Amino acid sequence: MLYAVTSMTALGLGLGLLLGLAARKFHVETPPVVDEIEGVLPGTNCGQCGYPGCRAGAEALAEGAAPVTLCPPGGRELALELAEITGADANGAADLDGMEEAEQMVAFIFEDHCTGCTKCFKRCPTDAIVGANKQIHTVVTDACIGCDACIEVCPTEAIIHRTKPRTLRNWYWEKPDLVPGDGEMRISA
Amino acid sequence: MIAPMLASAPHTHSRFNVSRTMIAVMACLSPATAFGLYHFGWPAICLFIVTIAAALLFEVLSLAIAGKPILRFATDGSAVLTGWIVALSLPPWAPWWVGVTGAGIAIVIGKHVFGGLGQNLFNPAMVARAMLLVALPVQMTTWVQPLRGDTGPTFLQSLGITFMGSPEFDVVSSASVLSQVKSQLDAGQPMDRILAELGGVQDQLYGFVSGSMGETSALLLLAGGLCLILLRIITVVIPLSVLGSVFVLSGAAWLIAPGQFPPPQYHMVSGSLVFCAFFIATDYVTSPVTGTGKMIYGIGIGTLIFVIRSWGAFPEGVAFAVLLMNACTPLIDEYARPRIFGRTRSGKPLELGDES
Amino acid sequence: MTIFPLAGRFDPARLFSFKGGIHPETRKFLTSECAIEDMPVPTVLRVPLQQHIGVEAEPLVARDDMVLKGQLIGKARGPVSANIHAPTSGRVLAVGHFTAPHPSGLPVPTITIRPDGDDRWGDRLPRMRPESADPDEIAAQVAKAGIVGMGGATFPAAVKLNLRARYDLHTLIINGAECEPYLTCDDRLMRERAEEIADGIGIMARALGVKQVIVAIEANKPQATAAMERYHRVLGYALKIKQVPTQYPMGSEKHLVKTLTGKETPARALTAELGVVVHNAATAHAVHLAVRYGEPSISRVVTISGRGITRPANVRALIGTPVAELLAHCGGLAQEPERLLLGGPMMGQPIQNPRVPIIKGTNGILALAASETRDREVMPCIRCGLCVQVCPMGLTPFELNTRIKAGDLEGAARVGLLDCITCGCCSFTCPSNKPLVQTIHFAKGKLAEQESRKHQQEQAKRLAEARQERQEAIAAAKREAMAKRKAEMAAKKKREAEAAAAETPKNGETVK
Repeated sequence: MLYAVTSMTALGLGLGLLLGLAARKFHVETPPVVDEIEGVLPGTNCGQCGYPGCRAGAEALAEGAAPVTLCPPGGRELALELAEITGADANGAADLDGMEEAEQMVAFIFEDHCTGCTKCFKRCPTDAIVGANKQIHTVVTDACIGCDACIEVCPTEAIIHRTKPRTLRNWYWEKPDLVPGDGEMRISA
Repeated sequence: MIAPMLASAPHTHSRFNVSRTMIAVMACLSPATAFGLYHFGWPAICLFIVTIAAALLFEVLSLAIAGKPILRFATDGSAVLTGWIVALSLPPWAPWWVGVTGAGIAIVIGKHVFGGLGQNLFNPAMVARAMLLVALPVQMTTWVQPLRGDTGPTFLQSLGITFMGSPEFDVVSSASVLSQVKSQLDAGQPMDRILAELGGVQDQLYGFVSGSMGETSALLLLAGGLCLILLRIITVVIPLSVLGSVFVLSGAAWLIAPGQFPPPQYHMVSGSLVFCAFFIATDYVTSPVTGTGKMIYGIGIGTLIFVIRSWGAFPEGVAFAVLLMNACTPLIDEYARPRIFGRTRSGKPLELGDES
Repeated sequence: MTIFPLAGRFDPARLFSFKGGIHPETRKFLTSECAIEDMPVPTVLRVPLQQHIGVEAEPLVARDDMVLKGQLIGKARGPVSANIHAPTSGRVLAVGHFTAPHPSGLPVPTITIRPDGDDRWGDRLPRMRPESADPDEIAAQVAKAGIVGMGGATFPAAVKLNLRARYDLHTLIINGAECEPYLTCDDRLMRERAEEIADGIGIMARALGVKQVIVAIEANKPQATAAMERYHRVLGYALKIKQVPTQYPMGSEKHLVKTLTGKETPARALTAELGVVVHNAATAHAVHLAVRYGEPSISRVVTISGRGITRPANVRALIGTPVAELLAHCGGLAQEPERLLLGGPMMGQPIQNPRVPIIKGTNGILALAASETRDREVMPCIRCGLCVQVCPMGLTPFELNTRIKAGDLEGAARVGLLDCITCGCCSFTCPSNKPLVQTIHFAKGKLAEQESRKHQQEQAKRLAEARQERQEAIAAAKREAMAKRKAEMAAKKKREAEAAAAETPKNGETVK
C-alpha cells in the first residue's frame, strides 16, 4: 500500500516537474503583432487615425484601443486585412460588413486661392504636391492618398477633398442592380 | 430626343426566355398527358386540373408571403409545369386531396422554402412524389386498369370518385407492372412465369397498362422528349446516360441471373423511367450544367433506379434516385468544370506546342 | 485513287470551329446591298487624340491654326500609340476636351476642326514601292500613317507588323469574318475594293515575312469570297481564301486561329506565339492606301443600320465626323431608338450623346428599335446552363455572376473571370435575360481598380519612406554641418588660443 502511494506520488511529482521545465524551456513568446500591423498600414504617418504616426496607430490597434477601421486611406480592403491579423473579435470588426467601399479621395487645389506658401508641399507625406515657393501648387492624383494633411495646413483654404476623377482608363460599368419588386435594371453611367 | 438606354453589350437577345421554355416543355408533355387522360377517364382529368390549380394557388400565396411580384413570377409557367409533373406522377384515380397535398409540397416545401425559382436544390415534383409515397402508401399505389371503350365512369360519377372518395363505381384495380414483378419475385415465383403473366412489352410501350397518370405511354413520352432535344431545350446527354445506364445494368444482371431479373426491355418501358429521363432528370435548376457533369448525373440516376428497383423496398425508385443525385449536383458542378479556352484542365495556360 | 483528291478536299476546319458560340439573327440584309457611298465633308470634325489602345497622342496644333488634309496633328506617345492626322483642311477651333465616343461620356482630349470646304491635301507621306521596300520601312510607313486595327480593337497596326522581330511568324490571317450582326462594312469593302485589299494584304505579308496568307470570310458572304478569290496571288504571296462557318464570335482572333489552324492560343498569350498574326480586312485596305499613295488613316467605312434609321447605308466618312451628321446623312432617325450604339449589337458601345465623333475603330452606328433589342425584364437564374454551353472560352458565366453578386471577386477570378472576352454569348442566350456581361465588366473593372489601389498604396509607402529618408538625410546633413561648424569654431578657438599662447613664449618655438 505504502509502496504504491509512494511510487505514484513520485511519478506524479516527476512528471509535473518535467512538464513545468518543458513549459519554461519551450516557452513561446506571443508574436509581436504590432510589427505585422505596421507592415500593412500605409506608413505615411498622415495622422488621420488620431494617433501620431502609423506605429502609434498599430500599437493602439494591437492593444484594442482602436478599431480595425482606423485607417481611412486604407479603406475597406485594409480594414479586412487588419481584421484578419488581429482576429475576428477585434475592435470594430463587426462594422466591417456594413462598411461601404469608400470612394477614393484625393486633394484638389483651387489655383485661384493658392499663394504658393509651400506649407502643404512640406507637409505631404507622399510628396504628391508639386510646386515651388511663390508658385501655384498642384496635386499629383496618382500619388495622393487623400490623407487631408495638406487641407489642415493650408492658410487660404485653397485645398479641398474630392473623389478621384474618373478617366476613360479607369472607368468601368456599374454593377447591374435589381430593384426588388419591378425587376427593372437600374443602370447609370 | 430621349436619352437612349445605357446598358452594356450585348444589345440583342435570342428568342427564348423562361416562360417560353416552360411552355415548350408543356407542349412536349401534352401528347403523353392527353393519352393518359383519355385512358383513365374523367377522374384523371379532374385530378389533373385540381393539381395544377392548386400548384398555381400555392405559388401565388408563396409569392405574396415572400413579397415578390406575383403577376410576373406566377405567369412564368414554372408553377404550372411543376403541378403538371406532380399530377402526371400520381395514380390517376387518386382523391383530390392527394393532388393538392402533392402540389403544396412541391411548390411550398420543394421550391419556395429554398428561395423560389432557380434556388431549389431538389426537384420540387420529386420531393412531392417521394413524400407522398412515404406518407400515403395506400393512395399512391392504388392503380386502375386503363379504360377500354365506354366502360369508364361518367363525369358526375368521376366527380364523386375524385372529390367524395365514393366507392360507387367499381374500380378495376390492378398492380403496376413493376410492383407486380416485385411482389411475385418476393413470393418466389420464377421469372419466366411472371413474364408470361405480364403480357408483352408492346402494351407497356404504347401505354395500355396501369400506372401513373402520364407515365404509361413510353412511346409518346419518348416522342415528346425527342422534340425537347430538337428544340434545343435539353441536350441529349442526360436522357441518354439515364436510359443507357439502366439498360446496361439491367442487361448485365439479366444475363448473369435471368431467373431473378427481368430482361432489360421491361426496365426500359416500365414505370416512369422514360418520363424521368426526358422530363424530370433534365430539370434545369437541379441538374448539373456541364456536359461531363450531366453525364455523371445521368449515370448516377440510372444506376440508382436499377438498384432501387432490384433490391430496394419500393418497386419504383425514380423519385429517390433523382433526389439523391440532386443532392450531388453542387458537388458535380464544382468538379466537372469545362476546360477554359487556352488553359489545361487544371487551369494553367497551355504550353506552346501542345496539341490542346 | 479517287479517294485521295477527296481526302485533299476534306477540311477539318469546316467541321470543327470552336466550342460554344451562337447564331444570332444577322440582319445584314438591311445594308448588304448598299454600295459604299462617300459622305460629304461635315460642318465640324472632332478628332479625339485617343482613338487607339495605349497612350493618347500629343497635340501638335493650337487654336486657330490652319491645317491641311493629311497633316499630322497628334503625335504618337510611347510604344503603343498612334499618330492622328487632320481628316480635311480647315481651321482648328479648339484643342481641349470633348465627350468621348464611349458609354461613360467622359471627356477625352479632342482637336475640333472647322473644315474650310476645300478639302486641300497637305504633304502626303512619301509613296513606296512595297515590292522592293524593306519590311522595316513598311512598318514605319504604317506607323506614320497612324493605322490601327479597324475591326474595333484599335491596336496600332505597326506594332503588330513589328512582331516578327520577336516571334517566328509563318502565317498571316486576314479577318474578314465580320461575325457581328448588322455590320456589312467589311463585306462591302471586300466586294468593291478586293484588288486594293489584296494589295494591302500582300504588303503586310511582306512586312511580316510570313510564308502563307489566309483570308477568312464567313460563309454568309459568298460575294465577298468570290471577289477576293479573283486575287489569289499578290506580291509573290499566294492568298488562300477560306470560308469559315457563320458562327459568332468567329471574328475573335483566338477563335479564328483555332478554326483555321486547329491550334489553341494559350491563355494570356498572343497568337504570335503560335506564329500567326491576324489583321482585319479594312486594316489591309488602309495599309494599301498608306503605302501606295501615302495617305494616312483619315477615313473609314461605317455601317449605319438598325430599324431606327430611315435609310440604312454603308458610308465612307472622315474620322471625327459627329454621329448626328452621319445619322442626318442617312435620312435621320425613323423612330426614337431604344439604344444608340457604336459598333455591333453584340459588343458595341452604347452612347447617349449623338454629337460624339466616330473614330478609327468605329465600324458601325446602330439605332436599334425596342423590337430589335433585349427586354428590360430580368428573371432569376434557372441554372439552365445555356451560358455554359455557348461560352466560347469554356467559362461558367452563371457562376461568375453569382460570385460577383456576392462580392467574391477573387473567387470569380479563380474560376476564369479574367479569361472572359466579353463576347456577349452568355447574355444573348440567357433565358432569364440576366446582364451577365455587364456584371463581368464591373468585376473586371473593380478588380483592376483594387489592383491599382494596392499598387498605389505600396507606392505611397515607398514615397513616404523616401521622404522620411530624405528628411533624415537633411537632418543628418544639418547635424553634420553643425558639428563641422562647431568643430571649426573649436579649432579656430584652439588656434587662436594657441596663437595667443605662442605669442608669449616665442623662444619655445625656436627651441623646437
